[in-house]
Amino acid sequence: MGKETVIPFGPQHPVLPEPIHLDLVLEDETVVEAIPSIGYIHRGLEKLVEKKDYQQYTYVAERICGICSFMHGMGYCMSIESIMGVQVPERAEFLRTIWAELSRIHSHMLWLGLLADALGFESLFMHSWRLREQILDIFEETTGGRVIFSVCDIGGVRRDIDSETLKKITSILDGFEKEYSEITKVFLNDSSVILRTQGLGVLSKQAAFELGAVGPMARASGIDIDMRKSGYAAYGKLKIEPILETAGDCYARTSVRIREVFQSIDLIRQCIAMIPEGEIKVKVSGNPNGEYFTRLEQPRGEVLYYVKANGTKFLDRVRVRTPTFANIPALLETLKGCQLADVPVLILTIDPCISCTER
Amino acid sequence: MAQQTINTISPNELLAYALRLKNANYRLVAISSSNVENGIEMSYSFDSGNDFVNLRIIARPGDEIESISSIYSYSFLYENEIKELFGVNITGISPDYKDKLYRISVKTPFNAKEGDNNG
Repeated sequence: MGKETVIPFGPQHPVLPEPIHLDLVLEDETVVEAIPSIGYIHRGLEKLVEKKDYQQYTYVAERICGICSFMHGMGYCMSIESIMGVQVPERAEFLRTIWAELSRIHSHMLWLGLLADALGFESLFMHSWRLREQILDIFEETTGGRVIFSVCDIGGVRRDIDSETLKKITSILDGFEKEYSEITKVFLNDSSVILRTQGLGVLSKQAAFELGAVGPMARASGIDIDMRKSGYAAYGKLKIEPILETAGDCYARTSVRIREVFQSIDLIRQCIAMIPEGEIKVKVSGNPNGEYFTRLEQPRGEVLYYVKANGTKFLDRVRVRTPTFANIPALLETLKGCQLADVPVLILTIDPCISCTER
Repeated sequence: MAQQTINTISPNELLAYALRLKNANYRLVAISSSNVENGIEMSYSFDSGNDFVNLRIIARPGDEIESISSIYSYSFLYENEIKELFGVNITGISPDYKDKLYRISVKTPFNAKEGDNNG
């Protein structure tokens, strides 16, 4: 047995865009335990529900995270709509699904760039983020925002996308897909990427289930879990099968996210082909009274919203369980036994979003 | 969408119910808390296929709530969070971070609403 030392990892580290701290207990260069500390940027956004009424809180929910901001707003709105029995127009459901899948592409492209950067593959990082710009441009054209859109509202959406713009999106995605196919070959076939990711941070199917993993982290270990299959928004009308891998290592997690971008493109094409004409929002009056748990699939996995209302315009409680929070136990387990030099890439492959976790 | 059920139970029934769900292959989805008049309401959410079940308990001031981490190992993160943010006395968490999971300056900031005398 080697000498035991404790090395602090974070809260500031080149691979972490946001602060999280881990005390890594090492024997020589091998990690034997990882102890997390979070809360460096805890904002108490859930608590803000006491000061913002349930309509205003839509804007707060969107600000939980800058990457999946649309889906945070959507999850919150879905909870309120369920409590109030609001039937969202079908066109709005399709528009929500289009923006949600664009958000997934944007998130996965951002992550691929970060992975390339962590591997020291700077040109690949720049190509990933250059392509991502095309998606941000679609956001800007259809919503007016590139990060926070403010298009999701209780009862539907605030903006429509006309048929010309929908055609344009299809055309942009065709070009995007072609270029994206090229860079995925590097991620999946380059020998240095394979050497740094295959066999690293293995999470077995059993362990993924026992540790409550969600999203690509769980699917890379062979667990068939994807909230989109529950049929919320327009997903019930689309053909969708979860992307699964079985190796459970960093390479498998990369592969799942890469394939999910193609899946999102396909889902957007399905939406554009099927989107009906009609209203995009229904009027909502009164105050919610009751409680509801909403779950949807964010880029990092299942997110849960618990909303409790009391019949006034102020809610009793909004609780958000983010996918990164759910994946921390699995991360801590996969770190055990890995080499210190592999820790940054391993942590990155859960695609941690500290902003979400520090809601 | 999945059906949602909420079963209100007493805190001393929690482990038995959790064990039953674990044996039936249910996944722990989340543990949520909110302030209610007589304490902290805790909802343990589980799912299996389309079934979404919530066990609900009320942790009254002074109550000791036993951790379910011996049954669902990953509950430790939720329980540490609730202990630190709401001040619920959850015992037997493994591992127990002893109020050091979050780096926050305010003690149990989510315990009672702002303006309440007991917060």
